[in-house]
Amino acid sequence: MKRAAVILSSALLQSGCGGVQSALNAQGPSAAALKALIIVIVAVCVVVWIAVMIVLVAALLRRRDARAVPDHVLHRPVMAAVAATVVVVAALTVVSFQATRRLAPDENAAVTIRVRAQQWWWQFDYEDADPARAFRTANEIHVPVGKTVRVTLESADVIHSFWVPSLAGKQDLIPGRHNVLTFRADRPGIYRGQCAEFCGLQHAHMAFLVIAEEPEAYDRWVQMQRAGAVEPENPEASAGKTVFMTRQCAACHTIRGTQATGTTGPDLTHVGGRRTIAAGLLENTRGSIAAWIADPQTLKPGNNMPLVPLPAEELRQVSAYMEGLK
Amino acid sequence: MKERVVLDVSALPLHATGAASPTWWGTCAFMLIEGTGFALALAVYFYLMSLAPHWPIRAPAPDPWPGTFLALILLASVAPNVLVSRWARQGDMRRVRLGLVVMCLFGIAPLFFRAYEFPALRVRWDDNAYGSITWTILGLHTAHIVTDLVDTLVLTCLMFTRHGDNPRRFGDVEDNALYWNFVVVTWIPLYASLYWVPRL
Amino acid sequence: MVERDTSPVVEAGPLEGTAEGALQATWGSAPGFWGSIATVDHKVIARRYMITAFVFLALGGLLALAMRVQLARPEARFLDADRYNQIFTMHGSNMMFLFAVPVMEAMAIYFVPLMVGTRNIAFPRLNAFSYWVFLVGGLLLWGSFVVDAAPDVGWFAYVPLAGPEYGAGKRADIWAQMITFTELSALAIALEIVVTVFKQRAPGMSLDRIPVLVWAMLVMAFLVILAMPAIMFASSTLIMDRLVGTHFYNPAEGGDALLWQHVFWFFGHPEVYIIFLPAVGMVSTILPTFVGRPLFGYLPLVMALIATGILSFGLWVHHMFVVGLPRLGESFFTASSMAIAVPAGVQIFCWLATLWAGRPVFKTPLLFVIGFIVTFVIGGLTGVMVASVPFDAQVHDTYFVVAHFHYVLIGGAVFPLIGAVYYWFPKMTGRMMSERLGKWAFWLIFTGFHLTFFPMHILGLLGMPRRIYTYQPELPWAGLNLFVSVSAFILAAGFLVFFIDAIRSRTSGLPAGENPWNAPTLEWATPSPPPPYNFRSIPVVVGRDPLWSLPDELPVTSALRTDRRELLITSLVEASPEARESSPRDSVWPFWAALATSVLLIWSMFSPWAVVWGSIPVAITLIGWFWPKGVAEDES
Ligand code: HEA
Ligand code: HEA
Ligand code: HEC
Ligand code: CUA
Ligand SMILES: [Cu+2]
Repeated sequence: MKRAAVILSSALLQSGCGGVQSALNAQGPSAAALKALIIVIVAVCVVVWIAVMIVLVAALLRRRDARAVPDHVLHRPVMAAVAATVVVVAALTVVSFQATRRLAPDENAAVTIRVRAQQWWWQFDYEDADPARAFRTANEIHVPVGKTVRVTLESADVIHSFWVPSLAGKQDLIPGRHNVLTFRADRPGIYRGQCAEFCGLQHAHMAFLVIAEEPEAYDRWVQMQRAGAVEPENPEASAGKTVFMTRQCAACHTIRGTQATGTTGPDLTHVGGRRTIAAGLLENTRGSIAAWIADPQTLKPGNNMPLVPLPAEELRQVSAYMEGLK
Repeated sequence: MKERVVLDVSALPLHATGAASPTWWGTCAFMLIEGTGFALALAVYFYLMSLAPHWPIRAPAPDPWPGTFLALILLASVAPNVLVSRWARQGDMRRVRLGLVVMCLFGIAPLFFRAYEFPALRVRWDDNAYGSITWTILGLHTAHIVTDLVDTLVLTCLMFTRHGDNPRRFGDVEDNALYWNFVVVTWIPLYASLYWVPRL
Repeated sequence: MVERDTSPVVEAGPLEGTAEGALQATWGSAPGFWGSIATVDHKVIARRYMITAFVFLALGGLLALAMRVQLARPEARFLDADRYNQIFTMHGSNMMFLFAVPVMEAMAIYFVPLMVGTRNIAFPRLNAFSYWVFLVGGLLLWGSFVVDAAPDVGWFAYVPLAGPEYGAGKRADIWAQMITFTELSALAIALEIVVTVFKQRAPGMSLDRIPVLVWAMLVMAFLVILAMPAIMFASSTLIMDRLVGTHFYNPAEGGDALLWQHVFWFFGHPEVYIIFLPAVGMVSTILPTFVGRPLFGYLPLVMALIATGILSFGLWVHHMFVVGLPRLGESFFTASSMAIAVPAGVQIFCWLATLWAGRPVFKTPLLFVIGFIVTFVIGGLTGVMVASVPFDAQVHDTYFVVAHFHYVLIGGAVFPLIGAVYYWFPKMTGRMMSERLGKWAFWLIFTGFHLTFFPMHILGLLGMPRRIYTYQPELPWAGLNLFVSVSAFILAAGFLVFFIDAIRSRTSGLPAGENPWNAPTLEWATPSPPPPYNFRSIPVVVGRDPLWSLPDELPVTSALRTDRRELLITSLVEASPEARESSPRDSVWPFWAALATSVLLIWSMFSPWAVVWGSIPVAITLIGWFWPKGVAEDES
């Protein structure tokens, strides 16, 4: 099976060095602040370590004469070192505290997204004062470049953790609690995020993409998402639609504008428009969709989508339908 | 290596008593462990309380009477308990035997009231977190009463055997009394939290 | 207090036969199977603990190698998700609860009585009991692994994943009950150590003459006493949630998922110092011997131990920096976590001063101590890094943290431990370990370790989360992971050399004699291996480094009774003699009590009534245990 390599490598190009999911590849103010902090603290600690090593080596290799060294000559240097330690850790504490203050969540956000994590995929609700303008999607969010995004974090089952290293530090999603995280993307790009808290069998395959776009592009995407599903334009796809509605699919998946209103699985209204499927597992092509539907349990063992046996014919049709849902 | 005797210990007693005895320290360490456990259970109680919009959660405040009676009995039991311990120190076998029998009764009596205490909580352990923590605290303390009761019963039998008349046994009696005082003392904060905090 | 009376110097000669013979008769254990089941000799039990713990290290290490094979390549198929999750949970739980903590306690059981100059540990039967309980706990965990039903929720079993709803089968219960077993044994040992140190020190060993290792073990024992009840509470309530439907961790019914994390880490953080403090005690003991000079800064070192112990109860939230607690509160825990660097620093600097002032002899134990300083300082500094709330927001639950804790656990605790084995092996077996293999082991382990774990820092910063059974090829982690996996085998080879050396030397090492290193502490004042009664006569301590202050003669007390197991009780502060107390004889009852307890605990995973019915056999065995047998030990 082919992977999302294409997109991801292109993302790599856009986002410069450091890979697609790296704390060292900061693409937004909070990630940048964190990167700066990391560099400062690491630098200080490296200096401390080198200092200790110098003393250690000197202590081991220094030329010794007959006279024994009495304790009292050692008091002053040791006291000095302890004092230095106190100063350094105090300084580090202050630095850390300042950074914490700077990173406090920012209230006036342009976009608010309700994240609902579940084993092992992400549900995203774009909120809006007017319910008609709100919409739901899964495993992929788009955000406007240069605008503050506010994500409210909830879990449907166990504890997960929302982490897009290139944009911000992580924050847990805990059943019965509500957390908030705000971030901003400064440059357009595709930033990979991944669940960071062990959440069971497929914790390793619980990724998502954050796609930062120029405001216009973003608005176009929003318009597109608000709309219900497009009607299949070729007979194969419409056959696929019937399959989808008549088989169990509709029991678990919602496709807005059709009678499919299940909620156990991701909203598929615009699944064809996403770059990956099954929480970043596969690049989104007709082939991979078919592969997924044909046997989700081999591709992502233990995930909550059962194998729905379909004749090859229907499988092709339903995949065509999925792919068409741009 | 050459040995040089610099200290004569032949005159020392063959048995360490009171605060000199390892068993006494063992009992103290054990009480420290148990005490930490109780403190923790209370901490959890107040933590859950701080989270709950209403405390008790979906339940009326518990009926304090059985718990109160139990508290009174426990407090009353301190007097004979202290006496037993003193008599044990004096090695007064007749009184110790008597006292121990009394303490057995004082160990059994609270269990009756405890039987009424659980229903008096007016909540089941599996109703909600409030029920869970209250039942757990009560169960924990009951376990301690039972443990010390069994200990006292065995000790009482022991004191009526040929092994009884021995400073070690008297020491055991003292340690047992010490532990009973601990069981009584721990009940006071537990009682206050279980029955009166929900009424605040 | 030691009155230097003018009694003539007693040559060892005349006493021979008579005294030794009688002591051997009273303190020795019966031969045969039941004799070995019944023994309460702290040395025998400690040896069992050590061997068991090192077997668990080897097994846990093999699990680690399995993980490394799986992670060496992206999308490897060596282990499936379920196996992997079981394996990393087993690895962590095994290493923490079945290796690290027990092995440190084992060292305490073996050396505290010898170093304080007494004949057996306090409550020796409890000691025997604790080993059997520990053994069953370990067998329970590994048994479940063999039948493919091992816990798969991580070594801190966060709810709700480990709760009734998502933790299927008995896996989480087995984890929780294994905890109960090991904590039970740990608590028992802590109690014995506290009382041994408080009441059984040799006359003259006043507080300011207690060996640093003994101080470390004492602080460790108090940490156990104050921290373990938390995990006992946690594991029991978890089982109750799963078995009888309580709601401690169920948000829907007023419970809270974070309550688990608070309770667990209130134990979990002190836990890491329970592992670490004994290790630094070993460093402070090995160092003087190999630089031929007393330790610099005895008092500050002891203070540092105590300070670390106290501070360690104010750090637990630093494991929860991304759960969304109030910012200010979090920053407090940043401050406290940073503060702990100060006592750590004090120790490092005192050791450096000792090295500076002394004349280092580069024997294997010292090599491991030096390796410890180099490595632990890195691990400690990464600890300081993750102690910063914002810093942690990026690296929490990534391989950066995995790197941190292996640096402190292996570099900070296992290095000193192996050094300690090379140091005390002659005392325990009467034979030296091989210097040649020792050097090999050291360099393989040292280089293998850094090659294995240093790259994990980078992997963490590159965004690799921990506890993932695989990763996709397009992620930039494959190269480093392959490198790490290969290096892990170098590290394993080092451990293998160490194991081989230890096994070989037991039979074919060079004879050691009483004090091969010319070390200053009391355990070296008696034959190697020490006789069941430890010392022919109870030593009298006149200084901090007894065997250095009086090199050629050992001040002792007049003989104790030899017809019963008798030892000396001394006062808490001055260690002036108070009484000649008896020490219990061998008994099989602790063994039966442990079995009864095990039945109760395992049964209670399936039915709450086990607690009621199961406690009856426990009570019976305990009565059998404590009922006086009218032996000489009972006299007073
Ligand atoms: C032996 C065990 C051990 C030891 C000694 C330590 C020591 C320390 N640890 Fe570590 N820690 C663990 C074992 C240990 N840890 C484990 C097992 C985990 C992970 C659990 C899990 O998630 O699975 C963990 C995780 C962990 C976390 C949570 C990270 C996360 O999950 O995101 C944090 C955060 O603050 C932390 C901090 C520290 C600190 C500040 C120290 C300090 O004590 C270090 C102090 C030492 C030094 C600083 C070096 C010596 C000092 C000097 C040379 C003086 C000069 C120094 C300065 C000027 C700074 N540790
Ligand atoms: C003291 C504790 C300790 C020790 C010694 C180790 C040792 C090692 N650990 Fe581990 N580790 C932990 C404590 C420890 N670990 C903990 C607490 C976790 C967290 C678990 C969790 O997340 O829940 C963890 C997690 C952990 C992970 C992360 C897993 C994940 O998050 O997905 C990894 C990955 O590489 C790892 C690797 C290793 C390696 C390569 C070693 C190497 O040092 C192993 C070296 C090899 C050996 C020791 C074997 C030598 C023996 C032989 C070759 C056989 C000889 C046999 C006989 C003589 C009978 N460990
Ligand atoms: C029992 C519920 C259930 C049924 C029936 C079901 N699915 Fe799913 N489906 C899921 C879940 C849960 C996921 C998310 C799996 C994951 O990523 O962990 C999913 C994921 C998907 C995805 C990927 C969505 C994305 O955004 O990554 C597609 C496409 C899909 N299903 C199509 C189908 C089709 C077509 C059918 C019918 C043949 C079907 N599903 C039947 C539960 C179901
Ligand atoms: Cu969701 Cu890990
Ligand atoms: Cu910690």
